[in-house]
Amino acid sequence: MNLTLRVWRQKNANSPGQLVTYNANNISPDMSFLEMIDVVNEDLTIKGEDPIAFDHDCREGICGMCSMYINGRAHGPEKGTTTCQLHMRKFNDGETITIEPWRANAFTINKDLSTDRSALDRIQQAGGYISVNTGGVPDANEIPIPKNIADKAFDAATCIQCGACVAACKNASAMLFVSAKVSQLALLPQGKVERKTRVENMLAQHDAEGFGACSNIGSCAAECPVGISLENIAILNREYLGAKLTSENVG
Amino acid sequence: MTLDARIPEGPLAAKWEQHKFNVKLVNPANKRKYDIIVVGTGLAGASAAATLAELGYNVKAFCYQDSARRAHSIAAQGGINAAKNYQNDGDSVYRLFYDTIKGGDYRAREANVYRLAQVSVNIIDQCVAQGVPFAREYGGLLANRSFGGAQVSRTFYARGQTGQQLLLGAYSALNRQIAYGKVKMYPRTEMLDLVMVDGKARGIITRHLITGKIERHSAHAVILATGGYGNVFYLSTNAMGSNTTAIWRAHKKGAYFANPCFTQIHPTCIPVSGEYQSKLTLMSESLRNDGRVWVPKAVGDKRAPQDISEEERDYFLERKYPSFGNLVPRDVASRNAKQACDEGRGVGSTGLAVYLDFADAIQRDGLDKVSQKYGNLFDMYAKITGENPYESPMRIYPAVHYTMGGLWVDYNLMTSIPGLYATGECNFSDHGANRLGASALMQGLADGYFVIPYTIGDYLAQMKTEKVPTDHPAFNQAEQEVVSRVNRFLNTKGTKTVDQYHKELGLLMWDYCGMARNAEGLRFAKQKISELKADFWQNVRVLGANEELNMTLEKAGRVADFIELGELMVDDALHRNESCGGHFREEYQTPENEALRDDENFAYVAAWEYTGDNQPENLHKEALNFENVKLTQRSYK
Repeated sequence: MNLTLRVWRQKNANSPGQLVTYNANNISPDMSFLEMIDVVNEDLTIKGEDPIAFDHDCREGICGMCSMYINGRAHGPEKGTTTCQLHMRKFNDGETITIEPWRANAFTINKDLSTDRSALDRIQQAGGYISVNTGGVPDANEIPIPKNIADKAFDAATCIQCGACVAACKNASAMLFVSAKVSQLALLPQGKVERKTRVENMLAQHDAEGFGACSNIGSCAAECPVGISLENIAILNREYLGAKLTSENVG
Repeated sequence: MTLDARIPEGPLAAKWEQHKFNVKLVNPANKRKYDIIVVGTGLAGASAAATLAELGYNVKAFCYQDSARRAHSIAAQGGINAAKNYQNDGDSVYRLFYDTIKGGDYRAREANVYRLAQVSVNIIDQCVAQGVPFAREYGGLLANRSFGGAQVSRTFYARGQTGQQLLLGAYSALNRQIAYGKVKMYPRTEMLDLVMVDGKARGIITRHLITGKIERHSAHAVILATGGYGNVFYLSTNAMGSNTTAIWRAHKKGAYFANPCFTQIHPTCIPVSGEYQSKLTLMSESLRNDGRVWVPKAVGDKRAPQDISEEERDYFLERKYPSFGNLVPRDVASRNAKQACDEGRGVGSTGLAVYLDFADAIQRDGLDKVSQKYGNLFDMYAKITGENPYESPMRIYPAVHYTMGGLWVDYNLMTSIPGLYATGECNFSDHGANRLGASALMQGLADGYFVIPYTIGDYLAQMKTEKVPTDHPAFNQAEQEVVSRVNRFLNTKGTKTVDQYHKELGLLMWDYCGMARNAEGLRFAKQKISELKADFWQNVRVLGANEELNMTLEKAGRVADFIELGELMVDDALHRNESCGGHFREEYQTPENEALRDDENFAYVAAWEYTGDNQPENLHKEALNFENVKLTQRSYK
């Protein structure tokens, strides 16, 4: 396959960026999208041009590092897929592909397609954990958890923190991401003790980082590569309301 | 010099308890006077950093990724072992210990492995308390399954993403300490050298991957938790960034490197399809519970699988190993697949694959049941290959998965450099020659949560609390070396890309130091790698500058270290005149082509000491004494 790429090139956060056109020739349909860029980068290097910077690591769809806007969609056209698991057979010979970084006020551009998503870590640090020290915990089977609850918590826990939900949202809201962690921990008995402070603190940090408000459009869930459900946002809202309206002892 | 593993005296089952009592303690009020550096934030690093901070030490944690949560522990699928005996099927600490020693083909230390089995029980409790959503039964209790090499159900799992969930547990413990200010986190930061003062590890030199800023960090002790070096083979199941630089730099400063040639090859990987391929993806080993492995009987039979009749197929694992069949251990399955392909009976366009066929399972149990069990794996296969595995058999081939070699450590997980520790995959300690499934996650968390927090105190309690200032001459010198190395890469301005060198190295390592090796091939590889190294420093092309995000520069440093490590791996493979676990020297095999161990001469850990650039390394041997298990030949017939 021969393709035309329009790639966002930007030296660093303080420089202006622009779309630059490259040819990607002799691309095999079996290549992953990132391998296609690898090939383009090898060509650029041989020609003495700066290769395209992009974030990637496990290339198995699980680490959440890869992040690209492809033809106007987070992680590209295939549903439920990270960029590293997107393959070139999903594109047509002769096609023009536009590749841009995640765009959100809370994510600054490091270079080209690489963005700074550390705001998501800071939201986790605001309360995305259970306060338990190592050692001295009860036997794991002492607190039974019904399978349906455990499964629901698990569904929320699968979020890979890639930021596609932010990139896909017109308000650049990270609410789907926050809601996944809040509901996972609120559903589990171990997480109930801190549920009130957790949801308040995580949401306060979310806003402080410059993410926008949720207006329930749902593009986040539509573009989420691991299928985090909008139901988590409903749980988040309920948790938040509960925290605001009740005493320390949320029922 | 004889290596002192500092294994505590006394009966096996009492060693760890006794040792915990014997180690010196640091007064709680003094803990805040000590600084500890942790490099790497996977299971071993994040758990260590969080736990040490809980105890009161000041911790600085470093990772090259943009977030601690992206360490490659995240990709582990299968599960984590623990001797809980929740299933009442006769499991015990001793049985887990025994299976692990045997699975490592008697090339691991008894005392370490026993401790691992002991603390495995605490790991599950800890993770559940953190909110890790392990699989559960309808009654609400934890579920278990069985894994290769064990006859009890002791594997705890979280769907197909156990590593992800365990790492998120450790990451959340780490986040809590970052929020408290007890851990200072440095993401997108790579360790480029170790700083030694008076023969002790006292700090590191790092480079920030976005700004290129070279920084000095001082501490009382340094813990490396940087994972494995499987990317020396270029194609592997490791994340793209996994590298050897931190441990290799430490090795060059005096940390011995143990059993470098011990690499675990995993049998069920999606095969290579083209030269552009950047990495390999593993398919869970659980597929071999129902899938049948076969190749055509005839050499060069290129017909479509459905056109090859039953009589014309060779189900080679079932034929050769009737009692274990398709569930033989990883090394046996891998070696036999390679053998079939070497005979010209491999399938697919490259001929480097065997079939993993679910037709019988689908016929027996129905499509729905098979899809319930393995649906996500089938989808993954379809996504990567563009083929439907429900209709035609999967193609699989072995791939480099996990490195059992690493920095030599004593029972306290301290390397041969005082004050330098190595935990998790980057040390050599608990897996011997052929790691079993579900034991890597166990070791990472055991080291981080339950071993290093006790043992490091013993060292710190015996040293003064004074800090080494970062303008100390040792820091100046180490930084100078790092800067000149970076400049050398940028100024070489050659014609070949870093990836070209990496691919060349990887192919040499795979062909001559991979699943099967022989002395002649290893000597050839040694010569070729040495030529490659010379060429690399003459002709490598790294564009751009240091003071920017420069991924080629990052890779150049890592590949330079992989080349040197590759030479040592070849030396290690050449000196070990035996076959053990997955490390098959063709000269040493039984009449039935099985691995032939030589316990008389090789029941030791090979620990290599760096003696200078392009100099042969010194070999030190730590004898392995087996007092509790009897060494037997493994048989899966």
